Amino acid sequence: MTDSELAKSASQGDREAFRRLLERHYDMIYRLALRFTGSGADAEDIAQDVCLALGRKIQAFRGDALFSTWLYRVVINACHDFVRRRTASTALVEKYVAYRELDDADHADTKERLDWLQEAYLRLPADLRETVLLVVAEDMTHAEAGAVLDCAPGTIAWRMSAARKQLKTDLERDHDE
Amino acid sequence: MTSDMDKLKKMFDRQAASPPSQAAKDAAIGAGMAAFDEGHAQKLEGARQGSRLMDRLTGAAIAARATLFWRRPMKLSHVLAGSVSVLVLSLAVVNVSQFQTPERQETGAVKPAVKADDVRLGFDKSEAKLAEPAGRKNAVLADEKDMPSSVVVDGLAGALTGPVATSESAAIASNEEVRRSVGQFRADRARDGVRGLTQNKIEPAQALTKQRLAAKVTERESFEQSQFGNRVAESIAPAPVGGDEIRRREYRDQGRDKFQTIKPNPLKVTAQEPVSTFSIDVDTASYSFMRAAINKGVLPQRDAVRVEELINYFPYDYAGPETREVPFKASVSVFDTPWNAETKLMHIAIKGYRIDAAETPRANLVFLIDTSGSMNAANKLPLLINSMKLLLEALKPDDTVAIVTYAGSAGTVLAPTKIADKGKIVAALESLHSGGSTAGAEGVRQAYLLAEQNFDEGGVNRVILATDGDFNVGITDPNELKSFIERKRKTGIFLSVLGFGMGNYNDQLMQTLAQNGNGAAAYIDTLSEARKVLVEEAGSTLFPIAKDVKIQMEFNPQTVSEYRLIGYETRLLNREDFNNDKIDAGEIGAGHSVTAIYELTLKGSPARLVDSLRYQSETTIADDRKSSEYGFLKIRYKLPREDTSRLITEAIAPDTHDSDAGAPREARFSAAVAAFGQILRGGPYTGDFDYDDVIDLAQSAKGEDRFGYRAEFVNLVRLAKSAAAMEQLKRQ
Repeated sequence: MTDSELAKSASQGDREAFRRLLERHYDMIYRLALRFTGSGADAEDIAQDVCLALGRKIQAFRGDALFSTWLYRVVINACHDFVRRRTASTALVEKYVAYRELDDADHADTKERLDWLQEAYLRLPADLRETVLLVVAEDMTHAEAGAVLDCAPGTIAWRMSAARKQLKTDLERDHDE
Repeated sequence: MTSDMDKLKKMFDRQAASPPSQAAKDAAIGAGMAAFDEGHAQKLEGARQGSRLMDRLTGAAIAARATLFWRRPMKLSHVLAGSVSVLVLSLAVVNVSQFQTPERQETGAVKPAVKADDVRLGFDKSEAKLAEPAGRKNAVLADEKDMPSSVVVDGLAGALTGPVATSESAAIASNEEVRRSVGQFRADRARDGVRGLTQNKIEPAQALTKQRLAAKVTERESFEQSQFGNRVAESIAPAPVGGDEIRRREYRDQGRDKFQTIKPNPLKVTAQEPVSTFSIDVDTASYSFMRAAINKGVLPQRDAVRVEELINYFPYDYAGPETREVPFKASVSVFDTPWNAETKLMHIAIKGYRIDAAETPRANLVFLIDTSGSMNAANKLPLLINSMKLLLEALKPDDTVAIVTYAGSAGTVLAPTKIADKGKIVAALESLHSGGSTAGAEGVRQAYLLAEQNFDEGGVNRVILATDGDFNVGITDPNELKSFIERKRKTGIFLSVLGFGMGNYNDQLMQTLAQNGNGAAAYIDTLSEARKVLVEEAGSTLFPIAKDVKIQMEFNPQTVSEYRLIGYETRLLNREDFNNDKIDAGEIGAGHSVTAIYELTLKGSPARLVDSLRYQSETTIADDRKSSEYGFLKIRYKLPREDTSRLITEAIAPDTHDSDAGAPREARFSAAVAAFGQILRGGPYTGDFDYDDVIDLAQSAKGEDRFGYRAEFVNLVRLAKSAAAMEQLKRQ
């Protein structure tokens, strides 16, 4: 059964269909959240939020959008919600642990560079971040990403170039320091 | 440039290499299934009942709800924190789109541009955030080097298992099994977290790195918050204004503690605007909030400081009325301004009569208690329960108490019960535990319903709402809630709002509710504060003696060239509102004292800030007999059960205590508090007057200070002084 068929059955109250949907997509949800927040624990929380949300929302799924598009949208919104709302405590502790690991490890150039990139990525404004996430990490076309984020493909293109520009500026600035 | 994207891709791939844990997956899927079952059941029910509320909301509000819809159910752990801010943000936008008036823009969250002032504001907020919303975080980082490591681990375990408790009690009531698995999973992770941290002992030498790290995280978070604001704006603004850049600027970061933006009252020129009108304010929430912040070593955000609430926090020994005919007495004194030798303070003191314990009317109280997950902190629900127990002590055996809670779904925990049956009430209080989201509005409805059923014509009927202000389910439009409470006020049921906790505190909503429900808002941060509000001041908290009390002051341009009302920014009224009995204003409780202070620049004083105009003649019409007066004070009030206002007037003669030494002690103390409030707000009018001067002035006017409030104030000023010094350092 395709996602859309499953979603339709689930929206009419089919529990098993819904369970299969969750099982099929959990990893994707988690991955997206992990990339968005950069934290495994946060990603698990978000993924759980999303599962809860889907449980509630699935009845409202009418099939006028692709299930995957719809799901991406729910996940992205959950990420934003979560980031805004989380108490800093867990994040800070984790950041600290991560920081220590980083400190102890050999500063292999690529690793450092990737870490820097992650930092820079996390510093991007949310709209650029979600765009980069979908286009770069999820290999979506501008049209697909536009469908998820509810904007024109042109806007996606514009955001991608804005993201590039900002990463570049950040790079130059950090290296000047 | 493209290579950056390639590397970014590589980075993403690396992250994907760490798969989710099976336990987390199982828990999430289980939770999802439970939500599915519940949602399906609700759908069936919803189809039967229809939703009246939705019909009333505007399209924009529906959009706002839609984006939040799925958020409601039963998120665990820290999720509860802050959902309201989303609502408030979004609703602010709705307001703007509905009314499009400049004032709306001022008070709402939307600001056209960021002003220079806001820089400090933002700074304060991030400080406060760092300090409190996760006080745990601070405890972990700040205390570690001073503590034996075992204590640290304990503290952290507490911190990490805190959310676990919430998640366990959260509302997945329909599925016991899932609930357990989620809890178990969280507990596992909490333990892992503790282990992870203890392995990395922090050496004192690294304190600096830690600070930088902490600052970075905070910075990022506040950034992300503001970004979120954008999203909300995007999702509901009827027509996006333009490119992303423009939208981003419209939004200001809001800390999770929400306060209305206050612009200090400006100086007025008497010749142009001789009349000043405002409602009295007996709220004290701002003082306790400020105290909580300063005790944590940070200055409160500016908008959290409402000078009049600071002043009115203290009981003053003003002269009360001789007879009951008039419920309160107003006395005015004029003396030199402590912070400006060239101006005078006009001090208006209002004192309500006391009701002796023996003659207090019977009280019909309904406690409306927030037991949502966000209340799960030592300074919230447990403190609340203890506070309520204190209040029981202050009540008479004949009084009745009922308890309504709201969390996920609202419910009556205790039907109206006489105080004589105290054991039953205490047992009900102790059975409360937190969990779920906040169905505040439904709770409010039930509480009023109970109060109405048990209505006592001759007694005091009051709903006491205790919450951190997190209304994220049910009526989410503050205006709707406001009008509901307004309607109920007319039935004679009063409302008191007790605020708890910091970090998620929605001050503006609480103020709005209390102001519209004929009540006072107090902020309870410690048990001794609870004692002050609920026991020592039970009379004024519970028994209103006058309502809709408005003050109108007309200044005489022949003697006073400029004046400025200190505080009361959120209580200003239009000149014509004074005589309009339909306009709501503050209430005075038994034994309450209320203070208002004007700073006056007298004719001929070198402190005058506004030059006189060349082409305007300064002749006035007042006859000689009146020409030496400073002004004319008018107070309007209604008795609690009446709808027509009464009027008190008094001419302010220049010989009313005209020297500092002669200023009554109580007035001097209030001036010290006023100075402190203005300094905290960074006010431009206090000149060189600094924290030390405040301390000196307050010390000299401490008086009897039976409960030590004034001594505590002096101590707070000292702490504020060092907090201010710290901020200077941090900024360098």
